[in-house]
Amino acid sequence: MKTNILIIGAGISGVSIAYNLAKKGVKGILVIDKGYFTNGATGRCGAGVRQQWATESNCILAKMSIDFFEHANKILDYSGDLEFKQEGYLILATTKEEHEQFAKNVILQNKLGIPSRQLTKDEALKIVPHLNSGAFISATFCQTDGHLNPFTMTEAYYLAAKKLGVTFSFYEEVLEIQTKNQEITQVITNKTSYQVKTVVNAAGGYAQEVGVMAGIDIPVYSENHEILATEPIEKIQGPMVMSFSKNIYCQQVPHGAFLMGRGNPQAPKGHDIESSWQFLDEMAKTVIDIMPLIGNLRVIRQWGGSYNMSPDRQPIISDTDQLKGFYMACGFSGHGFMFAPMTGLLLSELILNEKTTLDMTSLHLKRFKDQDIKHIEKSVV
Amino acid sequence: MSHKEIIICRCEDITLQQIHDLLDQGYSTFEDLKRLLRVGMGPCQANTCGHLIQKEISKHFNKKIEEVPIHKVRPMTTGVLLKMIAEDQKDED
Repeated sequence: MKTNILIIGAGISGVSIAYNLAKKGVKGILVIDKGYFTNGATGRCGAGVRQQWATESNCILAKMSIDFFEHANKILDYSGDLEFKQEGYLILATTKEEHEQFAKNVILQNKLGIPSRQLTKDEALKIVPHLNSGAFISATFCQTDGHLNPFTMTEAYYLAAKKLGVTFSFYEEVLEIQTKNQEITQVITNKTSYQVKTVVNAAGGYAQEVGVMAGIDIPVYSENHEILATEPIEKIQGPMVMSFSKNIYCQQVPHGAFLMGRGNPQAPKGHDIESSWQFLDEMAKTVIDIMPLIGNLRVIRQWGGSYNMSPDRQPIISDTDQLKGFYMACGFSGHGFMFAPMTGLLLSELILNEKTTLDMTSLHLKRFKDQDIKHIEKSVV
Repeated sequence: MSHKEIIICRCEDITLQQIHDLLDQGYSTFEDLKRLLRVGMGPCQANTCGHLIQKEISKHFNKKIEEVPIHKVRPMTTGVLLKMIAEDQKDED
């Protein structure tokens, strides 16, 4: 079978890339996914969207993506509820070092047009009164950060892409990418084979493996990050509350449930996405330390999902000089959902050889050839 | 009785009509429906709706019921207070 462009992965990145290409008039786009709708990292993420980053590149990607989310319903002509709420991220500083780092972050963010500000403890307590005042020393807040429903956001892109003629195939897994003279010739899946010259690796947790199939070494790996959800209650908390040093993010979603997650510094590399009692123990202790009131809520479910980690914790949105027609959007290190509008835009520009909206140097695969990586994003849970 | 009046998921107030609407659009598994309607994500964790929805999928796609996968079963089996989880650890320590 012949196809013009094959996108591997129908998560938020894949559907956004497909939509952006189709909107520019590209025909013959096929998106395949080895599972069901949003079965990968997109459907497992913490549903937060934020602009408070420590590297310039992440700040810009995030800000321009938020600008899109603000008008997403209209742009994508989607009638469902994206549950977008901009009640902010409140990021707690618990050490002097963090307080000083956050002061620098806010200067960078403001310079880039992100309306974040540093708050005293009292100001933070006014925004989230149930914070334990002994657990932090100051905070930063950005009102335009917030929550977005990953399932409906993905569906909005998916339906808009379908309307523009994009074809989707679920439960279809790539097995082999054949090349000749540094060009792609054929992609073989568990269902059929495609003669195709342009392939996009948006395989999320499996991006490294898809790279290997094409003979491209992408320095990413996956690790399990777990989340739990409580019973829904009436609204008591507007913003996402987050702390890097305490290793927690916790928000009340519009539906009423609290979602909270944390990383496991000892998590082995790999594709494990199971739930553990150790996470439950650590999560319960951490959230009660920061917000004791939340201890009165019942946990009703927990799950895990893959962060696809890159060496500098910033995404790889790139082509490669090793294989013509091979593109990748991966290594989002846990933040692919909130950057998706820019992922789709930038990758469509790269594929169509247009002038890119942003300078791609800090997102390109080539950056890892340098011996030391200059800007590592530390604002990651 | 109208499909709009039949509640399939009591945790999230989802009707039979909403289930049929998504099946008509081409979504075909419990996992798809769960992501778009929150069926199975509530306090009962699909104990009520799980088999009802399995039956609806089976009828809609004319498949044998044993060929329709059920939802992924996740912890917890019942709701537990976060503070109980945190406090019980202290006893173990």
